[in-house]
Amino acid sequence: MNAIETVSLCKRYGDRTAVDGLSLTIKKGELFSLLGVNGAGKTTTIKMLTCLTSPTSGDGLIMGSSITKDPAAVKRLIAVSPQETAVARGLTARENLQLICGVHGFDKNKSRSRIDELCALLGLESIIERKAGKLSGGWQRRLSIAMALISRPQVLFLDEPTLGLDVIARSELWELISALKGETTVILTTHYMEEAEALSDRIGIMRDGRLLVCGTAESIKQKAQTDSFEQAFVRIVKEAAR
Amino acid sequence: MKMLTFAARNAKEIIRDPLTVCFGLGFPLVLLFLLSAIQANVPVSLFEIAHLTPGITVFGLSFMTLFSATLISRDRSTSLLQRLYTTPMTPVDFILGYTLPVLPFALMQCIICYIAAMLLGLELTLHTLSGLLLMLPVSLLYIGLGLLFGSILSDKQVGGVCGALLTNLSAWLSGTWFDLELVGGVFKKIAYALPFVHAVEMERAAISGAYGDVLPHLLVVLAYGLVSLALAVLLFLRQMKKQ
Repeated sequence: MNAIETVSLCKRYGDRTAVDGLSLTIKKGELFSLLGVNGAGKTTTIKMLTCLTSPTSGDGLIMGSSITKDPAAVKRLIAVSPQETAVARGLTARENLQLICGVHGFDKNKSRSRIDELCALLGLESIIERKAGKLSGGWQRRLSIAMALISRPQVLFLDEPTLGLDVIARSELWELISALKGETTVILTTHYMEEAEALSDRIGIMRDGRLLVCGTAESIKQKAQTDSFEQAFVRIVKEAAR
Repeated sequence: MKMLTFAARNAKEIIRDPLTVCFGLGFPLVLLFLLSAIQANVPVSLFEIAHLTPGITVFGLSFMTLFSATLISRDRSTSLLQRLYTTPMTPVDFILGYTLPVLPFALMQCIICYIAAMLLGLELTLHTLSGLLLMLPVSLLYIGLGLLFGSILSDKQVGGVCGALLTNLSAWLSGTWFDLELVGGVFKKIAYALPFVHAVEMERAAISGAYGDVLPHLLVVLAYGLVSLALAVLLFLRQMKKQ
């Protein structure tokens, strides 16, 4: 079954086309990375798929629900961990998780058990009563992902989840993201090539709003005739610019 | 449920900011005691407690605009709102969630100001209580302005516009510090075209029991309040769609 299916998805801002006829399918349980240089259209694509902005034309289906016709149904299926750390800084880590439980309509018992579960999964016990604004970048990012996982989303969007993290924090997050594979469909945007190569089942490379290539890291390297994924990315993007 | 959870979060954010308590509750009280002390030494009719209390209480509410605008603009500057926009929360949940938690703070501030004024000699009568009740539309006006500015300004701009400009406008153009009749001219016309002096004069009329004078001022306050709330809702929805 396809978790995501887009059909000729377009977004224009005045005479600038941010996403140009994107047609893409992502299978259920797949970890799909969206790569591209700045302004390639990754964030706009994510914003359309998460109902933050409406497409100019085309449509996208999330687990069969249309982002244009039934955004309320889509919002019940997805969760987003935005690029910047999206936590309420004045609240403790537990209160942040309770906030998300509340906006998803969980009662007290369900909230408590889900928070305990996520604390154990993400190792948040040591910081759960600390104010989010006082946590390190790595812990804030971890909390941000925990907030995204609260509702057991069928599709999880992670926008640059490891940006600005140190090597250890990044490796721990990689483990966490890998553990989600299979059960949750994960859409990851990143600028780190090694991250995309290590984690993804498939990768899509965008430039100027168009999807240039889509496939496994191996198939992309083969297509670009190189052993290095980073080189393959550079070649494909430069080739499209010509 | 969703709205109440969000409102509870906003209330916690407001309470946990020490500046809120210091400025919101402390500053109007300091002014009230200071001006009453001046009045005790050099009697000025403008600073008589029944005349002064409405002005200081209305002035104190301008900080509610600052608090609510700061909260919204800060949320907009981080990705927290973006995250919440992708949840099942509706626009109504957001707007009520930002409005409702500020209302008890505003009313509490008014009550504290009135209690302090009573310690300084303001009589507790039915008129005083009706004055307190009329603080409700004034509170909604200031909260509406907070929603409005929070939806269009950055958190730095909110500091300038609400923290400096609005509090000063609210003070100068309300007839609290000086009699607007003494200035007259364009200044007085501008003051009466804005809601601040109407809020103060409505309160003064209520406290003195001159209920016939309340209605014209109340209508101006309500009109400004409703327009600012409606504009705030429109602009909040617009920035929500602009994501």
